[in-house]
Amino acid sequence: MARFLPLSQAVAENLRDGDVAAFEGFTHLIPTAAAHEAIRQGFKDLTLVRMTPDIVYDQMIGMGMAKKIVFSYAGNPGVGLLRRLRDAVENGFPHKVEIEEHSHAAMANAYEAGAAGLPCAIFRGYRGAGLAEVNPNIKFIECPFTGERLAAVPAVRPDVTFIHAQKANRKGDVLIEGIIGIQKEAVLAAKRAVVTVEEVVENFDDLHPNLTVLPNWTVKAISVAPGGAHPSYAHGYYVRDNASYLEWDRISADRDRFRDWMQENVIARTSDAFAARVEHLRSEA
Amino acid sequence: MSEPGFTPNEMMTIAASRALGNDDVCFVGIGAPSAACNVARLTHAPDITLIYESGTIGTAPSVLPLSIGDGELCDTATATVSVPEMFRYWLQGGRVSIGFLGAAQIDRFGNINTTVIGDYVHPRTRLPGGGGAPEIATSSQEIFITMAQSKRGMVEKIDFFTSFGHGEGGDHRHRLGIETKGPTLLITDLAIWKPDAVTKEFTVVSLHAGVTREMVQETCGWKVKFAVALEDTPVPTAMELQTLRDLKARTDAAHKGASTSKGSIDG
Repeated sequence: MARFLPLSQAVAENLRDGDVAAFEGFTHLIPTAAAHEAIRQGFKDLTLVRMTPDIVYDQMIGMGMAKKIVFSYAGNPGVGLLRRLRDAVENGFPHKVEIEEHSHAAMANAYEAGAAGLPCAIFRGYRGAGLAEVNPNIKFIECPFTGERLAAVPAVRPDVTFIHAQKANRKGDVLIEGIIGIQKEAVLAAKRAVVTVEEVVENFDDLHPNLTVLPNWTVKAISVAPGGAHPSYAHGYYVRDNASYLEWDRISADRDRFRDWMQENVIARTSDAFAARVEHLRSEA
Repeated sequence: MSEPGFTPNEMMTIAASRALGNDDVCFVGIGAPSAACNVARLTHAPDITLIYESGTIGTAPSVLPLSIGDGELCDTATATVSVPEMFRYWLQGGRVSIGFLGAAQIDRFGNINTTVIGDYVHPRTRLPGGGGAPEIATSSQEIFITMAQSKRGMVEKIDFFTSFGHGEGGDHRHRLGIETKGPTLLITDLAIWKPDAVTKEFTVVSLHAGVTREMVQETCGWKVKFAVALEDTPVPTAMELQTLRDLKARTDAAHKGASTSKGSIDG
């Protein structure tokens, strides 16, 4: 049953050193506030899973928290490359990071298999793809009925998944609208899930019954973190802060500048800082 | 080049847009493909179904998205589905007629690399990776590719097979059990290329206005083959050009100067 907790407590109770952790969000609703709380609490040796590791994983990798990353697209969307991740992969700074790289189709299927309680995902993929040669977790099986050769990857089963959502109700049920990405699967695939939300409303009585709702018993903790997806966006609340993504390219290009920025904007702050960061982005939403 | 009244990049986008039809279901890569697909929608193909991998089906953005998951893609879509549904039911299910990809590196057979420059384990440059491309390349009924020509981009041998084109050429796709057509069209800033019917090597079939064979060869890392009957790409019409420029102006204003033109290696 979901408990409403301050974010610092929700993170402290659900994330551990060495965990397989997913901070999911497909361009939309990226759980930045939760990731920054994890950075402040200084977790280590994490296996970070995410289809599209962007700025927050760049930050966690740059802060030396990641032992391994599992991903399918490691870029700064619309801007370019992830410079802290590149520094780790190309130069081993701040330390070497193990890589397990997939395609989007594989990751999406792997999360779905995790949510479905299956050991692996089977799909038509990786045909002729170089990843199949460098990632030992990509295998092929023969369909027992047709003989077709299909790709198989292990299910993703995170110890803990963090997502950001628009709303929870008083009971702790969670609503996600807009580009819903992989969040439902990432929550249901995980042993524990923590959700940050823009706001808590009394009930969901007026909502269409098919809107994406995670029942409260699928979530361990809910933390109210308005603006918590910044610099990504929360549909209906605030728009994407494109300037911050561009600025990140410059900040992350230099190791010292990166440390200074993290100290000033993450380490020395609390999750309360997020609400002010999206104030100028609310009018366009 | 004499003053043609449009840039090579504009010619590329417009030539690419012409290849799309009203009945197409197009899986759109970010960057150059996104511009071409939306110009098609705003000109001759108003009912084209544009799909972005964030799950938006039948989207009609007023400005080009900076990322594949911008909110306007959802606001204007016929339906927005989850990412697993997108890749399982819609792409793998064979419902996409054209996958439109950009490329960091491409070879003469339309194989694409957006993963690494150099060795995979010890890369010189770690690129973002494939994203949706490995399966877009094999599950879409056919593939269009658009990119500006350069010796770094069009190479004799790509460093990594992110997504499979025609492999070593000939019937290589068929030998791997891939029955979709693969790359059927390459639109660059200088020319239109199509694969040879037998060898599957990309061959220049049409030169854009003011472009010479030498210019194509100078910006390509392999020895270029030209079709016997080489055509001239029709220059952009005033309407095409205006549509593209208006779209870019709206986009620039919306993103407040943020770059939208360099995301061609997005997944």
